[in-house]
Amino acid sequence: MEGFPILSAIILAPLFGCIAILFVKEASISKIRAIAVISTSVSLILSLYLLFAYDKAKAGYQFVEKVEWVRSLGISYHVGVDGISVAMVVLTSFVIFTGVFVSWVGIKHRIKEHYIFLLLLVSGVFGVFTSLDMIFFYLFYELAVIPMYPLIGIWGSANREYATMKLTLYLSFGAVFALIGILSIYFTAGQMTGSYTFDMTQIGKISFASSYQIWVFLPLLFGFGVLVPLAPFHSWSPIGHAAAPSAVSMLHAGVLMKLGAYGIIRIAMGLLPEGAQFWMPVVAVLCLINIFYGGMVAMHRKDMKFMIGYSSSSHMGYVLLGLSTLNYIGVNGAVLLMFAHGIMTALAFALIGFVYDQAHTRMTYDFSGLAHKMPFIAVAFAIMGFASSGLPGLANFVSELMIFIGAFKTYPFQAVIAVFGIIITATYMLRALRNVFFCEPMPEWEHLKDATTFVQRFPYIVLILVLLIVGFYPAILIDVINAGVMPLVDKINNVSMAAKAGL
Amino acid sequence: MTTWLILFIPLISAVLITFVTRRQKDLSSYISIGAVVFCFILSIDPILNLLKHPHMEPIQQSFSWINIPGLHVEMGTLLDPLSILMLFVVTFVGSLIHIYSRGYMHGDPGFSRFFACLSLFIFSMFGIVLSNNFIQIFIFWELVGLSSYLLIGYYFEKPSASDASKKAFLVNRIGDFGFILGIFVLFQATGTFNFIEINHILEKGGIPDSTLYLAALLIFCGAVGKSAQFPLHVWLPDAMEGPTPVSALIHAATMVAAGVYLLARTALLYHLSPDAMEVVAYIGGFTALLAAVIAVAQNDIKRVVAYSTLSSLGYMVMAMGVGGMTAGMFYLTTHAFFKALLFLAAGSVIHAFHTQNIWEMGSAFKKVKTTGATFILGSLAMAGVFPFSGFWSKDEILTATFTSHHYFLFAIGILVAFISAFFMTRLVFVTFFGNERYHGHPHESPPVMTVPLIILAVFAVLSGFAGLPWFEPNFGTYIAGPSHGGHGEHGFNFFVAGLSTVVVLAGIALGYIIYCRELTKDPLEGNVLYKLAHNKFYFDEFYDNFIVAKIYNGIATICNFAEVNIIIHLFVNGFAYLTRESGKILRLTTTGKLQHYTLIMVAGVVALFLLFGAL
Repeated sequence: MEGFPILSAIILAPLFGCIAILFVKEASISKIRAIAVISTSVSLILSLYLLFAYDKAKAGYQFVEKVEWVRSLGISYHVGVDGISVAMVVLTSFVIFTGVFVSWVGIKHRIKEHYIFLLLLVSGVFGVFTSLDMIFFYLFYELAVIPMYPLIGIWGSANREYATMKLTLYLSFGAVFALIGILSIYFTAGQMTGSYTFDMTQIGKISFASSYQIWVFLPLLFGFGVLVPLAPFHSWSPIGHAAAPSAVSMLHAGVLMKLGAYGIIRIAMGLLPEGAQFWMPVVAVLCLINIFYGGMVAMHRKDMKFMIGYSSSSHMGYVLLGLSTLNYIGVNGAVLLMFAHGIMTALAFALIGFVYDQAHTRMTYDFSGLAHKMPFIAVAFAIMGFASSGLPGLANFVSELMIFIGAFKTYPFQAVIAVFGIIITATYMLRALRNVFFCEPMPEWEHLKDATTFVQRFPYIVLILVLLIVGFYPAILIDVINAGVMPLVDKINNVSMAAKAGL
Repeated sequence: MTTWLILFIPLISAVLITFVTRRQKDLSSYISIGAVVFCFILSIDPILNLLKHPHMEPIQQSFSWINIPGLHVEMGTLLDPLSILMLFVVTFVGSLIHIYSRGYMHGDPGFSRFFACLSLFIFSMFGIVLSNNFIQIFIFWELVGLSSYLLIGYYFEKPSASDASKKAFLVNRIGDFGFILGIFVLFQATGTFNFIEINHILEKGGIPDSTLYLAALLIFCGAVGKSAQFPLHVWLPDAMEGPTPVSALIHAATMVAAGVYLLARTALLYHLSPDAMEVVAYIGGFTALLAAVIAVAQNDIKRVVAYSTLSSLGYMVMAMGVGGMTAGMFYLTTHAFFKALLFLAAGSVIHAFHTQNIWEMGSAFKKVKTTGATFILGSLAMAGVFPFSGFWSKDEILTATFTSHHYFLFAIGILVAFISAFFMTRLVFVTFFGNERYHGHPHESPPVMTVPLIILAVFAVLSGFAGLPWFEPNFGTYIAGPSHGGHGEHGFNFFVAGLSTVVVLAGIALGYIIYCRELTKDPLEGNVLYKLAHNKFYFDEFYDNFIVAKIYNGIATICNFAEVNIIIHLFVNGFAYLTRESGKILRLTTTGKLQHYTLIMVAGVVALFLLFGAL
């Protein structure tokens, strides 16, 4: 595959799919679905190829492509992946691939437009995870956020106008701050070196003044943090999940939230190591609000989508905690959790959507004994719940374990609270499992049907297999992720050593 | 290689049953039984090897699981006398219980699911027993929790079973919370998770006492959860919601023993931290006493046996705490036989009477002779009557307590021995003798159930002789704690043995006097202490109504209130409101009339002039 523009192919496959669907008649649903499946499987196959072809020994950015775009401003189409991006690209392709099948079952009207927006969004996400140019990073980011607005507004459920407005405003608001940070870095770096460029690999070589780093880190942290979501700027996210249709919730919680964390890793921490030294201890405190408070709110909620929504913001707190450790173990764990949580939460929303589409309620107290009617869904839900509560054998355990070990080195207090968080998660997951799926069956749910056909079951099986494979054999991802994490962490810590030596 | 085979055969069995033979019920049960029996056969070789070489070197095999700078986690197996002993107990008792289950679960709609879960459990248990490092033992520790959850909640359509399984999992999680933190503390201090490497580092010394104390206490939390010690004992009695073979396998013979095994595995750590050992000993002693008192006032045959298990576990933990590792492990072994026997026989009784309430049985010994006889043998062993196995193992614990000068705990141990003898006598007489209170026609269980009972009964009677203090080699030759340099803490103390025999006989006599007559209900019922004990000293009520309902859910309610009212309504929607309202006000300035704009412009110009004119 030497010379083949593999990253561009991954980004463009869904975009081509999206364009192809534009030319298909609204009525030929099977054609539309086939195009969606084919284009996302191209991305999936290529990203799996990336995972195995990435040279861990060499590390650094690989599969790089660069085409100059606006020379005078120093903007170029520049893509490449390191270990961290590889994991994120694989995550995205799994979520969209299964999401296409979930929409197959769940979306009943305006199918054509739904797939167009979905594929457009995913193109943007792939772009963000592979861009090495900050302008393209930003453009792709907007490309990923904007389709959310119609996707929730048109196919969403209760309170969708409020939700989609809030979500779009919040994310744009965050994006503006990130853009300020990006532009500031661009101009400062240009003044220092004399050549203006948005190329992250070039800017990464410059060491900015310490006070500058500390100032500019803040808008970047806030801008991307809103997307993570960093408490207390999280309230757009649970309602966004709740109102969105299944496949969109899957992408939203599974992938979009990871864009924020990825932005913090790639731009904020990657370009401003001293800023990271200064601010990440603050994040280590704030993330406790996510973990504990988010978990407690999740425990109180009876609407399953809200429960998973708050649970997501709780688990993203673990990601932030892992990042703030600034050591190999914690940061590796954080990236692995971004992957594991993405898969697990996609599974969660797909399952809840499956039940909701038939029952038209998501309240745990409305249900009882669904396991009798839908054993397959019940088992899948149990696996999801256990994955979420960090049961060994599933991917989330490994990542959370690494975050805990990493955090215990630098922030023992936070680590204790974080470990306690898994009890909270287990509480609400097991309560939901008991109330919805166990106990006596109810006559009013006699009409519910289990997932029986291949198309219905396929996405769940794929996601569960991914959780199991990574859970049993985590090295498959960790070795790759670590190749990306080590240079990053080294850079941040070398700076502090150099600074200490300077003093 | 054999060890890996032993570990993975049950997993393969579970997967095979789940995905392939789910609909062929008989085949499923044969696969599951075959798997565990095959593991038993495979473990005979290491057992024989151990008998030949009592002071064998531990054999480790491992591969790297996570390997990044600063963190190396391996997966491995460790064969040493301790793990071989546990392997024997788990495979042997496990095999018999699997066979018994074929009869007990006959005709159940979830037959295959049951055997798949059993296999999963055996896999997890092997994982704990064979682990060579802390992360791995924690992983399988949690997986045991999972299989226990699945088996307790086997009848998931029953709300009580669903609640019990949830409770078991969550209460265990609380213990595991401490356990994993303890592992982190130890990792921080030693830089490794491997048991043998940690022991080497501990032997060298140099780790501050406070760190050791903290690590030991936190790791003990894990044992408190799994071995159901006070204050986390509440899940075990509720776990009786599962089918009876599950109670025998998991909640008597194997899983709950894992906590004691963990203490034995980390014995050196406790040996180096005497303060932590005191905590362990007193928690164990208190649990033993508490559970024994509660057992006296229970009317459900399984619950009585369950509380007797709790009490026994407390005994074992107490033994560990006073430094009697050999005694504790010996008791664990004999207990596995007689407690599995008691549960299985209780299951057979339930099978016969179709009730679990002992006051709806009685006078049926003639009808269920094999079950009754084996049950009585098990009870004698449990009560610790000479020369049954329970006598020898209990005696070792009492001796260890006595010789380590823990006289208060020794007194508790003697008291517990008395109460145990009393409630076992009560159980036997009310269930099998006295007046007839049952309905229907009780019948003896099929041989697939009674044969395992008979085999277990043989071991319940005879296994105590493995620990006879006058012979070498005996149990203590193989399993020795760190304080005894290769020899079990031994010696036979005639005072201790004599005293325990006297109190046991007194307990039996008292039980005989009170319960061996025509009765329809418990004659002690009016008693205040009986009432307290019958209601389990209201621990469940306190936990459910106060800790969970008020504090835990209360915090959740407060957080949710803050989320809805402060974050969403006040801040977010408030911000939107401000934007909207300020827009409304600013809108007034765009009137569209040229005169207004001109006026404002002129006013501005004048203002600028005044401003700069003043400067």
